[in-house]
Amino acid sequence: MAHDGHDHDEHEGSELSPIALRVKALESLLTEKGFIDPAAVDAIIETYEHKIGPRNGTRVVARAWTDPSFADWLKRDATAAIASLGYTGRQGEHMVALFNTPELHNMVVCTLCSCYPWPVLGLPPVWYKSPPYRSRAVKEPREVLREFGVIVPKDKEVRVWDSTAEIRYLVIPERPDGTGHMSEDELAALVTRDSMIGTGVVAI
Amino acid sequence: MRGPHDLGGVDGFGPVAPEAKEPIFHAPWEKRALGVVLANGAINEWTIDQSRAKRESLSPVAYWSMSYYEIWLAAMAELLKERGLVSLSELATGHSAGNARKIAGRKLNASEIPAVLAGGSSYMHPAGKQARFSVGDRIMTVAQTHGGHTRLPGYATGKPGVIRAVRGNFSFADASARGDKAAADWLYSVQFKASELWSSDGGDTVCIDLWEPYLEAT
Repeated sequence: MAHDGHDHDEHEGSELSPIALRVKALESLLTEKGFIDPAAVDAIIETYEHKIGPRNGTRVVARAWTDPSFADWLKRDATAAIASLGYTGRQGEHMVALFNTPELHNMVVCTLCSCYPWPVLGLPPVWYKSPPYRSRAVKEPREVLREFGVIVPKDKEVRVWDSTAEIRYLVIPERPDGTGHMSEDELAALVTRDSMIGTGVVAI
Repeated sequence: MRGPHDLGGVDGFGPVAPEAKEPIFHAPWEKRALGVVLANGAINEWTIDQSRAKRESLSPVAYWSMSYYEIWLAAMAELLKERGLVSLSELATGHSAGNARKIAGRKLNASEIPAVLAGGSSYMHPAGKQARFSVGDRIMTVAQTHGGHTRLPGYATGKPGVIRAVRGNFSFADASARGDKAAADWLYSVQFKASELWSSDGGDTVCIDLWEPYLEAT
């Protein structure tokens, strides 16, 4: 079949799937109606595919680890502190940073839908939006963490944050021991997406 | 409303299945779906809460079997139809059968996208009345929710908790889902002991962002 610019990575010669056809029809209809511009759609995709992702969050964490005044700002006004590094906008308008400590492990979920801090973590992974994580994270967080390979000691509190409103949460993981000599860039490279959701920890 | 979306604490969905090296998109249509849904938001014909309410009104079978982008698309198509902006046959053919009525918002141009995405939209309103609760106050969540869209999860109805943070005066989701964009109320992070929510031991807790109308003083 004929290919247009959008579907060139579908299998050569195969038909588009029913859902791919529905999306294509929807896009062409809304374009004809004058509601959307396909070039704007391209620009949105470009943003979330190449410009915004968990690398942004790793910069926030590394700065918090190396600059106590920044960490303090992040505790008081995370939206402003994060904006100072250039990360703002949709699905991150009202940010709160959750600091893990030796006594506390924070973990974030959205049981009702898929709320996630896009400007610092990008688009959420499928598991974050899916029923198993959304149903279990609030009820059996330690079991879920164990499946992610994170064992939280019994005497450490697990605090689960259910993002039910427009506040978006970023977990600041604990800085691992033995990283005192590392630069901010080296530290940022250690930080994983999952550690900023709270389903991982940072290790060296 | 305890719809299919109200998943906290529901048993039987099996293990979490993280994908190693998960791609940002799993198929080209997912990219277009994201872009179309976001771009079309600017026509300003519904609020984010009306979108969420429509997604939640899908049948449980549909909701639990669809991917998240499919849920977005299904809800958006319903909203467009409901507001008389597109017809079923237009959705099927992908072509307009005539001029749509004037939309409340407008079409976004590509050049505007970086600023629009980086700007976002604040959900905070200027404070009107005083906040009823302060940090440390003990509250009880309401035992019953109304039948419409709400952000009080089913698992947290009729439970005792403690105000952990006062977040501000925020657009009230339940009212916004009915199209009332002006309604706002105080939003709090409320901490619950896991042992009060479930029959679990230990000192673990759950914090939930809840609006004042969901809370009663104890």
